[in-house]
Amino acid sequence: MNRADLEAMAQREQQRQQAFGCRILCCASTPCLSSGGQAVYDAINAVISEGGWEAEVQAVATGCMGPCSHGPMVTVQRPGEEDVVYERVTSDVARALVAAHAGKAAAVAPVEHVMPASAPFFAKQQKVVLANSGLIDPEKLEDYVARGGYRALAYALREMTPEEVCKEIIASGLRGRGGAGFPTGLKWDMVRKEHSDKKYVVANGDEGDPGAYMDRSLMESDPHRILEGMAIAGYAVGADQGFLYVRGEYPVAAKRLERAIRAAERRGLLGSRVLESGFNFRIDVRIGAGAFVCGEETALMASIMGHRGQPVPRPPYPAQSGLWGKPTLINNVETYGSIAPIVENGAAWFAEIGTAKSKGTKIFALAGKVATTGLIEVPMGISLREIVYDIGGGIPDGLAFKAAQTGGPSGGCIPAAHLDTPVDYESLKALGSIMGSGGMIIMDEHSCMVDVAKFFMEFCMDESCGKCVPCRVGTVQMHRILERITDGSATPQDLATLQELCMMVKETSLCGLGQSAPNPVLSTIRYFAEEYTAHIADHHCPAGVCTLEKQPVGEWVTA
Amino acid sequence: MASPTAAVRTKRRADDEHPSGDPRFALIDRTLKRFQYQQDALIEVLHTAQEAFGFLSDDLLIYVAHQLKLPLSWVYGVATFYHFFTLKPQGQHNCIVCMGTACYVKRAAEIVAALQKEYGVAPGETTRDGLLSLATARCLGSCGLAPVLVLDGEVLPRETPEGTLARVKQQVG
Repeated sequence: MNRADLEAMAQREQQRQQAFGCRILCCASTPCLSSGGQAVYDAINAVISEGGWEAEVQAVATGCMGPCSHGPMVTVQRPGEEDVVYERVTSDVARALVAAHAGKAAAVAPVEHVMPASAPFFAKQQKVVLANSGLIDPEKLEDYVARGGYRALAYALREMTPEEVCKEIIASGLRGRGGAGFPTGLKWDMVRKEHSDKKYVVANGDEGDPGAYMDRSLMESDPHRILEGMAIAGYAVGADQGFLYVRGEYPVAAKRLERAIRAAERRGLLGSRVLESGFNFRIDVRIGAGAFVCGEETALMASIMGHRGQPVPRPPYPAQSGLWGKPTLINNVETYGSIAPIVENGAAWFAEIGTAKSKGTKIFALAGKVATTGLIEVPMGISLREIVYDIGGGIPDGLAFKAAQTGGPSGGCIPAAHLDTPVDYESLKALGSIMGSGGMIIMDEHSCMVDVAKFFMEFCMDESCGKCVPCRVGTVQMHRILERITDGSATPQDLATLQELCMMVKETSLCGLGQSAPNPVLSTIRYFAEEYTAHIADHHCPAGVCTLEKQPVGEWVTA
Repeated sequence: MASPTAAVRTKRRADDEHPSGDPRFALIDRTLKRFQYQQDALIEVLHTAQEAFGFLSDDLLIYVAHQLKLPLSWVYGVATFYHFFTLKPQGQHNCIVCMGTACYVKRAAEIVAALQKEYGVAPGETTRDGLLSLATARCLGSCGLAPVLVLDGEVLPRETPEGTLARVKQQVG
């Protein structure tokens, strides 16, 4: 396949889709399926075949549409009209909406289930990476191509040198979406400049952070976008082999990616002589086996090579010596998801979105105590308040917002006082949290911050790989102290020790896991110190979560 | 790279079944062949082995170590490092409660406690009669529906301790 064939394929598919008077898109991602999405899809197909409308109406199983807590979601597309989004669809609602939109005048559309396009949930979002999510069938290459897919790859291969691609990415200001925010273009350029007979491109889809599922959704909803981004990266850095490391808990994502790779290889969009150019690029999927530390780049590479996922000291950085000692480019899947739009629309277009230092958009998985939970993509620099109150619809049950947790076990909690902070890499860091991979958990008055800190510390303790002492031993000690604070047996001295341990583990651990493990504790002490003192001095849990049934041992010893 | 002996072995096994008579070994052999007996493929091979047998017995680990020409300690080290691999047999039914952050703030711990009390098993254990394995997961990636649990492969959203107990009882009996 060459560039002209690609255009022809896109046009063919667009015409085919427009021939339908009505396309009904049903969300078939995990959250909607577990709310009864399969029954809805079956009902829609049944109505279509009963009415004999196969020529006019098409039902498509798509990826995630966003508002997961309102599922199952259905979108109706008609040429020349705005899309209509339905929420909380049941089989009966589905039947009614098919009849109404298929043009049978007698039927009335179930308007009470319509989610208006002007709803803040949609209006405040800006979809760049998730542009196709929920609008295409992830298992069909044609759907992706019809929406301009692989055009950026064709353009890059034909019109740009690898150096120009790297320059474009640098100019766009794109930063790593895995959390640390390293400038992506610089990383690419570093790998490009290395001299080696073999180079690798790795996509990090090991989303271990509890409370985050952006990468899963992206991989399941739009797999070809990641493949295209990786192929452009391969061309830019001079690699001919890519690895896509998918978390073991995400079998659907792995299956879809493997199918997508095979489909792309069959059409000559991957494999040897991509799009009839001289560029060869193979992608293999590697499935993780459940280790949070494998999100760390050196540990992830160890895991790809079949070893235990233990990190190694850097430098040398993967850009110099990565997989099998060869220069390796490693980025998050969301970062690869941003590549095709940048190449297609230009760096200047991308750089206009966001703030001075954080460009583009970021996907967040909004969850916890908020009215509408789901997957959102917002421009960088949006305030936390807009995310929580406009997009998320505020806190349910009339309770007050207490904190937003970002960055998972490596991040921190942002209190209500900082609700107007713009969400970008620097601002979140200044608040003692991090952007992280994009999990955002909203907490209300019923969440005890000490308990939350303990939860994350237990997580880090379990997930510590055991290689370096500060992390292996420090997390256990910190967890023990937090346990004592929540069961009521802590003394004021414990709090001082805890802070001292935090600094020690932060400064001396080998990899990101240990270095950031104290963050949840430090940030909760910073903003909710009174809760710690209430537990220790007053023997009282303000949120009413901790039992505090024990007594401090130290008190009668010293008394 | 496939060593010459490996190639011979593959050839012989392609037509007749595995010497142990257990057809499940053929699945492992297929994966070994797909990766040309490369040692780097250890995790993929263990995935297949666990899928075929349900858990990784000592014999299986020895078999994989032999096939890939790796020390058993290496294979054991990898198998125990990753949470996904289990070295103990699993129950007929399994129930995984998500304990990710979103589920945790929505009180998933109470669901675990309820199941633990009813069946007398801690997370990661199987009941004596081998009927139910209880496990907790770090995050199942369905945070919008917290708290979530997976009962015999089916994802159940917005669970409560009572509702879960009823469902599990119905399934397990």
